Amino acid sequence: MVRQLIKGCEAIAEAAIRGGCRYFFGYPITPQNDIPEYMSARLPEIGGVFLQAESEVAASNMVYGAAGAGARVMTSSSSPGISLKQEGISTIAGAELPCVIVNVMRGGPGIGGIQASQGDYFQATKGGGHGDYRLIVFGPASIQETVDIMYNAFDISDKYRTPVMILADGLIGQMMEPVEMPEFKSDEEIKVEKDWAALGWEEGCGKSRAVINSLYIADGELEALHERLQARYRVIEQNETRFETYLAEDAEILLTAYGTISRVCRSAVDELRAEGIKAGLFRPISLWPFPSAAMAEAAKAESVKHLLAVEISAGQMVEDVRLAVNGAKPVDFLGHPGSQIATVEEIKERVRALVKEA
Amino acid sequence: MSETVFARTKGLREVEMHYCPGCGHGIVHRLVGEVLEEMGMLSKAAGVAPVGCAVFAYNYFNCDMFEAAHGRAPAVATGIKRVHPEHCVFSYQGDGDLASIGAAEIVHAAHRGEKITTIFINNAIYGMTGGQMAPTTLVGQKATTCPKGRDPEHCGKPIRIAEMLATIEGSAYIERTAVNSTANIIKTKKAIRKAFECQMERKGFSMVEVLSTCPTNWGLSPVESMEWLEENMIPYYPLGVFKDKEV
Repeated sequence: MVRQLIKGCEAIAEAAIRGGCRYFFGYPITPQNDIPEYMSARLPEIGGVFLQAESEVAASNMVYGAAGAGARVMTSSSSPGISLKQEGISTIAGAELPCVIVNVMRGGPGIGGIQASQGDYFQATKGGGHGDYRLIVFGPASIQETVDIMYNAFDISDKYRTPVMILADGLIGQMMEPVEMPEFKSDEEIKVEKDWAALGWEEGCGKSRAVINSLYIADGELEALHERLQARYRVIEQNETRFETYLAEDAEILLTAYGTISRVCRSAVDELRAEGIKAGLFRPISLWPFPSAAMAEAAKAESVKHLLAVEISAGQMVEDVRLAVNGAKPVDFLGHPGSQIATVEEIKERVRALVKEA
Repeated sequence: MSETVFARTKGLREVEMHYCPGCGHGIVHRLVGEVLEEMGMLSKAAGVAPVGCAVFAYNYFNCDMFEAAHGRAPAVATGIKRVHPEHCVFSYQGDGDLASIGAAEIVHAAHRGEKITTIFINNAIYGMTGGQMAPTTLVGQKATTCPKGRDPEHCGKPIRIAEMLATIEGSAYIERTAVNSTANIIKTKKAIRKAFECQMERKGFSMVEVLSTCPTNWGLSPVESMEWLEENMIPYYPLGVFKDKEV
């Protein structure tokens, strides 16, 4: 594998194609425009289809149509655009279809700003659209990790017939880093038997007529859907929970962070250790399923006196941290919702204050 | 020996429809089913049902079917068609679905010259939700959200979709028909056939707007509804071909 210097958004697009993406429907919005731009040139080269929709609403419904027709399909957007896509995403979840959605987060609410943010954590992990459903959500911290997650995202989505969302902050999308790009998955690897998909049908052809639908109006049908979904979600929790720890074993102050800000935390941990403060980091990679059990375990360690959740938001993931820790240890929060990134110095200062408190 | 002169089309499933007596949906469903069967396209067809009275159309058409969110059927059909360009893909939509909440999707499907066919049922009212005003509701026509009749000063005059879409470069075949008489039903079937053929010849976007009846929400009997359509709708929504790229 060759290492190449590549921008996050372009890396996402190339990794998606190598992982089997053949259809892309999207709409321009900053700071993710490099994804559709790259796709518009690259997909036709490998026999795929790129289409610029008239709106995010239409794009997500095109994804629904293509996913129901059996395709490996994705869309990408940034925060306000993701809000518009929620109609399609909820429909896709309700129809039990696979697809991949990338959100390169910018600040909100409303039109907000175009700088990096993590303000869409609630939207991504708690449903986003209407109805009881989940997306499998990953929050990568580097371009290499984004590439590795993107590369396998279609496999995971197909396996569970559940949409996968990659929740990248704007920094991941816009910075450049050296990346090892994986090889193209072979046609055999990306060919998934989809007997439920609309591939054409006639009486006696041996399979059922495809009805791609999120309407369950007959008595008991909707409950049956949710039983299926919940059973599937329990399996996803078992199989797809991911996290990473850094110097957490003997930490007295345990930082929690995902995405780009986790790298700032990691630097803070190193510098704090150098001045004799035992800091550590717990980094969720899957945001849903959230690594609650592992985090609870880490927080329970006798050495841990305090947790500090750091985000580029007013405090969203911290709620899941508190649920996981469940009062066992105090959880503090540091973050800025207006696209200001907490600095290493700022984090160190807060940790020093917590140490004094402890 | 008896000879079968009229039989159920293979294009429709053998299930009971939920439509009200005198509603035009059943007629148009049958015509679409017959055309798909006669063209030999049933095994390679995908339909997209709307939100509205035809919401259960996925239970009626005997081919792969999708149910779309309100107004998005042309976008869903676009996704399907781009994956299966050789399939016959159609959306079946009412006037609330297509002319109101789905106005952007239908305009841009036409604008892209999307190789799909739209069957557009215009009955000048929201049926399923209980007779509210549609963009196609006639001036003075009463509806549950304009109890005194549509006032153009307050909410404009009814929109003519066929004429509008005919102005778009990407549309290839646009016709308006009606199902109020045997002659018009036969013309509607011919129009549907032409529209599907236009799609399969990859000429561009095709749509048949069908003027239809809603006795329940119009507060008329089925027979009165057919007369009301002829007397009130056809003068405002003239029948005919508005776009035929061959011509």
